[in-house]
Amino acid sequence: MNSRLPTPFRGLRRRLAERAAESDIWEAVELARHDSRPYTLDYADRLVDDWIELHGDRAGTDDHAIVSGVGSFRGRTIAIVGHQKGRDLKERAFRNFGMAQPQGYAKARRVFALADRLGFPIVTMIDTPGAYPGVEAEQGGQAAAIAQSMLAMTRLRVPTVACVIGEGGSGGALAIGVADRVLMLEHSIYSVISPEGCATILWRDVNQRRKAAAAFKPTARFSYELGVVDTVVAEPSGGAHKDVDRAARLLGDAIGQALDSIEAEPVEQRRALRRAKFRRMGVWLEDGVLVGEKEHDLDPAGLPAE
Amino acid sequence: MPANSDHLESRTAPQRFSGARRACRVARDEETEDIQVEVEREETPREQPPAREKLHPNTCPVCKSHYREDELRAVLRVCTVCGHHFPVGAEERVEQLADPGSFRPLAEGLRSADPLAFTDLRPYTERLSEAEVATGLGDALIAGTATIAGMPCVLCTMDFSFMGGSMGSVVGEIFTRASDVAAERGIPLVSVTSSGGARMQENILALMQMAKTVCAVDLLQESGVPYVSVLAHPTTGGVIASFAALGDFVVSEPGALLSFAGPRVVQETTRETLPADFGRAESSFEHGLIDAVVKRDELKPKLGQILRLCAGGTLVPMEPGGEIAAPPPGIVARVLRFLRSSQHGDPHTNGGPA
Repeated sequence: MNSRLPTPFRGLRRRLAERAAESDIWEAVELARHDSRPYTLDYADRLVDDWIELHGDRAGTDDHAIVSGVGSFRGRTIAIVGHQKGRDLKERAFRNFGMAQPQGYAKARRVFALADRLGFPIVTMIDTPGAYPGVEAEQGGQAAAIAQSMLAMTRLRVPTVACVIGEGGSGGALAIGVADRVLMLEHSIYSVISPEGCATILWRDVNQRRKAAAAFKPTARFSYELGVVDTVVAEPSGGAHKDVDRAARLLGDAIGQALDSIEAEPVEQRRALRRAKFRRMGVWLEDGVLVGEKEHDLDPAGLPAE
Repeated sequence: MPANSDHLESRTAPQRFSGARRACRVARDEETEDIQVEVEREETPREQPPAREKLHPNTCPVCKSHYREDELRAVLRVCTVCGHHFPVGAEERVEQLADPGSFRPLAEGLRSADPLAFTDLRPYTERLSEAEVATGLGDALIAGTATIAGMPCVLCTMDFSFMGGSMGSVVGEIFTRASDVAAERGIPLVSVTSSGGARMQENILALMQMAKTVCAVDLLQESGVPYVSVLAHPTTGGVIASFAALGDFVVSEPGALLSFAGPRVVQETTRETLPADFGRAESSFEHGLIDAVVKRDELKPKLGQILRLCAGGTLVPMEPGGEIAAPPPGIVARVLRFLRSSQHGDPHTNGGPA
């Protein structure tokens, strides 16, 4: 049928399909950045009892873009470390839009160390446009702070679960994302650069951000298919902000399951298993043979599953 | 003050850095550079960036001295007039650092796939084959075992001219294998990086290479094997924020741009005038982010020195071109080497290995 259509129409059909995929992916981007999307503290409130927030890097700074604390989660004490965006203008400035400085990652590291020492499993919540790109941040060693935060996570003896709850933007996100299990909320995104950044660099035009997003596919589904996240956590219909309590319950269930399954693994192998997990990531050709691709095929047009 | 950052840079940058800055601008946008000229202007007429001088790659951007190719190679691609460091390709870097004939490549058969079927203005696969033809390399990183000033090591070098030295699955895998070889054999790892960051065309998989390479360094550190990271111009984004930052020793070439976010992004986000030496090796040194700024002609002796110190003075220098023995991993290997070396001299002179 399709082959009988005159060529220009076939092109049109393909373009329409592409346009549809583009808008689906862009919808995900917009939902992930939605103003009323729940943030780390919204989930912490609902997930744990006896919450105590911990502050500061113990070296002179408390970065408000990263929040941390300990609380009781379904029978065990856990530590939560996550990015925190602001709800209104004032809070956004206070939280620096969820963009951490090097001191924020130092704060994360010190809470990781505390949790590791005291045997609290660690849950991280990723929701940031990226690490803050500022002069002082660079002079304070932003790059090294991110690398060291990742390194600190690879060494932990306690179970770790990372949850992408909104925007997983680049190294600033991954800095707290090197965990035994990586969960991703259905309508969140995870990418190496923002769609705007990608459009600016590759298209030389920030207005091509929809195209950029469609090309690099930052959605939960693709991240799952590429083996980067272990579980995609369903959200209430319309997005987590429509029913925050339910979203938190769903996330809590997924975190609980993940912790159970990690705790079932031998402790002495935990670090090696975690390393092996990230060691496998990537897709490449070796002597002409494709390596690393998961069994299910990718849909190249990026159309959502039927 | 013009809003355009290019213009700003050329005004505020001191003469010494302006060449490197131009290179850095090319660096961040290397992949789009050619499109801008050939394709994109036809498609979308929009504000033209101010015309930039197109210099011959062998013309010094600082003092305009021109070099013939063999002349430039002979002086390690450092301008003899003003000391500007030209970019060095991956293979030439190996020639500069490794003892002649000692380099034994590993992981040569790896090529990038296109898991996302990524197309921007051109398909990713097209950019890849273009880079392969232009550089003669399989991807932006090569690795192998070698000796530097007689000291055995695993050496990885990056090529900025391969898609901006960007890190995708292949770069991550080659680094990881190189690091694993170093960990297994108990010989130090040396990496020379030059990269715009993670490869956007592989999006999330490229991001994960940061975690993957960090895990590799973790194993290396657990095995007690030293890692020396050399940062060449430019080392930015996902590369400096992962393995390149984690060297036990981190040194850089003069004038190299070493920042997580590029100057343009920082300028646009903060709307501040950036300091003239923003992100430069010298500034990083002042802020305690790197151990030393080393000129290119001193790099090999410096690496030799570091490797000798790491070995506690007990490593037996290999014959150039000789095979590297494969002792058991980590501490055991070093102890074995220490015991072997003691036959040739007093083992107590340098305190021995840890």
